[in-house]
Amino acid sequence: MKHVLGAVCGASALLLAVPGMAETTLTIATVNNGDMIRMQGLTAEFTKKNPDIAVKWVTLEENVLRQRVTTDIATKGGQFDVLTIGTYEVPIWAKKGWLVPLANLGGDYDVADLLPKIKDAVSVDGKLYAAPFYGESSMVMYRTDLFEKAGLKMPEKPTWDFVVDAAKKLTDKSAGTYGICLRGKAGWGENMAFLSAMANSYGARWFDEKWQPQFNTPEWKTTLTTYVNLMKEAGPPGASSNGFNENLALFNAGKCAMWIDATVAASFVTNPKDSKVADKVGFALAPNTGLGKNANWLWAWNLAIPAGSKKTEAAEKFIAWATSKDYTKLVASKEGWANVPPGTRTSLYQNPDYLKVAPFAKLTLASIDAADPNKPTVKPVPYVGVQYAAIPEFQGIGTQVGQQFSAALAGSMTVDAALTAAQSATEREMKRAGYIK
Amino acid sequence: MARMATTRRVVVSTIGAWFFGFLIFFPILWMVLASFKTELEAFAVPPSFLLFHWTTENYATVQERSDYFHHAMNSIIIAGGSTLIALLIAIPAAWSMAFSPTKRTKDILLWMLSTKMMPPVGVLVPIYLIYKSFGLLDSRIGLVFILCLGNLPIVIWMLFTYFKEIPRDILEAARMDGATIGRELVYVLTPMAIPGLASTLLLNLILAWNEAFWTLNLSTSNAAPLTTFIASYSSPEGLFWAKLSAASTLAIAPILVLGWFSQKQLVRGLTFGAVK
Repeated sequence: MKHVLGAVCGASALLLAVPGMAETTLTIATVNNGDMIRMQGLTAEFTKKNPDIAVKWVTLEENVLRQRVTTDIATKGGQFDVLTIGTYEVPIWAKKGWLVPLANLGGDYDVADLLPKIKDAVSVDGKLYAAPFYGESSMVMYRTDLFEKAGLKMPEKPTWDFVVDAAKKLTDKSAGTYGICLRGKAGWGENMAFLSAMANSYGARWFDEKWQPQFNTPEWKTTLTTYVNLMKEAGPPGASSNGFNENLALFNAGKCAMWIDATVAASFVTNPKDSKVADKVGFALAPNTGLGKNANWLWAWNLAIPAGSKKTEAAEKFIAWATSKDYTKLVASKEGWANVPPGTRTSLYQNPDYLKVAPFAKLTLASIDAADPNKPTVKPVPYVGVQYAAIPEFQGIGTQVGQQFSAALAGSMTVDAALTAAQSATEREMKRAGYIK
Repeated sequence: MARMATTRRVVVSTIGAWFFGFLIFFPILWMVLASFKTELEAFAVPPSFLLFHWTTENYATVQERSDYFHHAMNSIIIAGGSTLIALLIAIPAAWSMAFSPTKRTKDILLWMLSTKMMPPVGVLVPIYLIYKSFGLLDSRIGLVFILCLGNLPIVIWMLFTYFKEIPRDILEAARMDGATIGRELVYVLTPMAIPGLASTLLLNLILAWNEAFWTLNLSTSNAAPLTTFIASYSSPEGLFWAKLSAASTLAIAPILVLGWFSQKQLVRGLTFGAVK
C-alpha cells in the first residue's frame, strides 16, 4: 500500500510540473504537408530574427485539426495563436468574427503581388482575414510515353470526350495500367472536391439561386454517369477508396495514364526521388465540355489568427514572415526552387529560376486563373466556392453526398439511386438549416 | 489409431492457431516492415515483403522532427496516473458492491455503464468549456482526470466481476477467526484478487495509452501524448507512409513490450473464475 501511495504522490508531483515560459510563445496549428514540414524546419530562421518569440508546432491530421481548431475557436479557448485553415473556412469564420483581420503585415509584404483569385478567396469585404501559404487548382497529369505509344496527343485544353476516349484506349488491365485515376473516397474534400468541379464543367451546380439542391437535374446525371462509367472501364480496381494519396501512389508507381488532381501533385510526380515516371509526365488544363467552365477547383492553405489569441502582434509577424517573398527566397536557397510553396504570388511565376525547374508552373497558374470562386458555375449560384459552397452546413452535406456517390462508384447503388438519395439528404439538411422551406 | 487421430488434431489446431495468430499480428508486422522502407518502396505495387533496401532513415527523421521522449513521457504519466487513480476509486466501490449488495446495486452498475454509451464528442464542448475555466486545457492533470473518469465504469465492472467470483465462505471463515474488515481486505481478499487486479490494471493502461479522442482534443503541445505524435505524421497531401509507420511503431513499442512481459498475468486474469 505504501508503494502505491508513493507512486501516486510521485505521479501527482510530475503532473503539476509545468514548464515555465519567459517569452511570447506562439502555438501554431498545422497539417503535415510537405510545404508545412519545410516551414517547421525553417522556424529557427524566424526566431533568429525575432529572439523574443518562441514557436511551438501542433501538427494534426486535416480532419482532426479542423475539429480541434473549431472547438477551440467556438469556445474562445485561446489554445492557438496561428491556424492553418483552408479557403472554405476563411469566409465563414471571418463573418462569425472568429478571425482577426490582417492589417499589419508590414510595408514590404506586397499584398498586390498575391494572385488575385487566391486573394479574393481569403478576403471578406475587401479585408484580408488570412494569408495564403500555398495555393492550388487541379489539372490533368498524364504519361507522355503512354500517349505517344498509343498515338494520342493531349490538347492543352482537353474536352471530357477526349479524356474519356483516351482513357479507354490507354487501359491495359493485363499490364496493370489504367487509363485514368480519379478520387473515389467519400468526403467533401475528397471525391466531392473532384466531382463538384467536374459537375461545374458539365453545367451543373450544387444549389440554384434560391438554395434549392440540384441533384435532380440532367446535368448532375450526365456528370455522375460519365464518371462512374469511365471509372468502371478505365479506372483502377477499388477506386471508391482512393483519395489524393492513394492516387498519387498509383501514379508514381506507373499505374495511371492520366490523373486529374491538385496542381501541387505536379512537383511530387516529377520528383525522381518519389516517382518512377518523373521524366514522363505532361500537364494540361482540367477538361471541359465547351460550356465555359473547366473541371478545376481552387484551394489554398492559409495562415490566420483566431480571435481568442492574446498574442496577435507576434502572430501577425510570423504570418508575414511565412507568406512573404523573402520566405520563398529562403526556401529556394536552402532546398532549391522546386520546393518553394506554389500558387500564391504573381512574382513567383515571373521568376526565371522557378520556371526553369518547374515545367508545370505555367499550367498551375493558368488553372488557378481559370477557377473563379465568385462565379464557379455556368448558371448563377448564391454561394462562393468552386468545389464547395462556403456555408457551415456544407461539410456535413458534402460528406453525405460523397458517400452516396462513392457507393455508386463501388457499384452498390445505381447512379439514379445515388442522385435521389443525395437530393433528399441535401434538401433535408437545407430545410433544417432554414435556407429553404 | 486413436493416438494418430489425436496427433493429427493437435497438428491441425496448432497450424490453425499459428495461422490466425499471424493473421491478427499481420497489420502490426506490416507497419513495422514499412517503417524500414523508403517512401518509394512503402507504396510499391506489388509490395515487397522482406526483400527491400532496409533503412533506419525514417526513425532518424521522426526523432529529428518531433520530440518522441516528451510525448512518451506524457503518455506514461497520463496512462499510468489515470489507471492508478481509477483503481484507487474502483477497488472500494467494486468491493462494496460485490460483498454488500443492496437492492440498487444492479441499477448503479448499469447506470455507470450507461455513461460509456454516449459518444464522447457529445460532451466535447461542455468539457472543453469547463477545462478552459479551470485552466486544465493542455495539462497532464486534466487528461489524467478525463481518462480516469472515462475508464472508471469498465474498471469497476471488471473488478466487480472478479470480486464476485471469490467464494464468500472464505470471508466467513476469516471473520470467524476474528479478522476485521481491513485485515480481511488486505490479507484475504487482495491476494485472491491479484490476477484480476493485474489484468484490470493492464487493460486500463492499454485503453488509456491508446485513447485518441480526448488526448487529441484537450492537448496542444505541453501535455500531448503519443497519440498526437502519430497524428502529426498523417498527411492529406503527401506520401509519408514510411514515416507514419515509424512513428506508429515507436508509439506502440512501450505498451507492446509491457503486454509481452505481462502476458501470463493478463491471460490468468482474463480467465480468472472460468476454471473452478
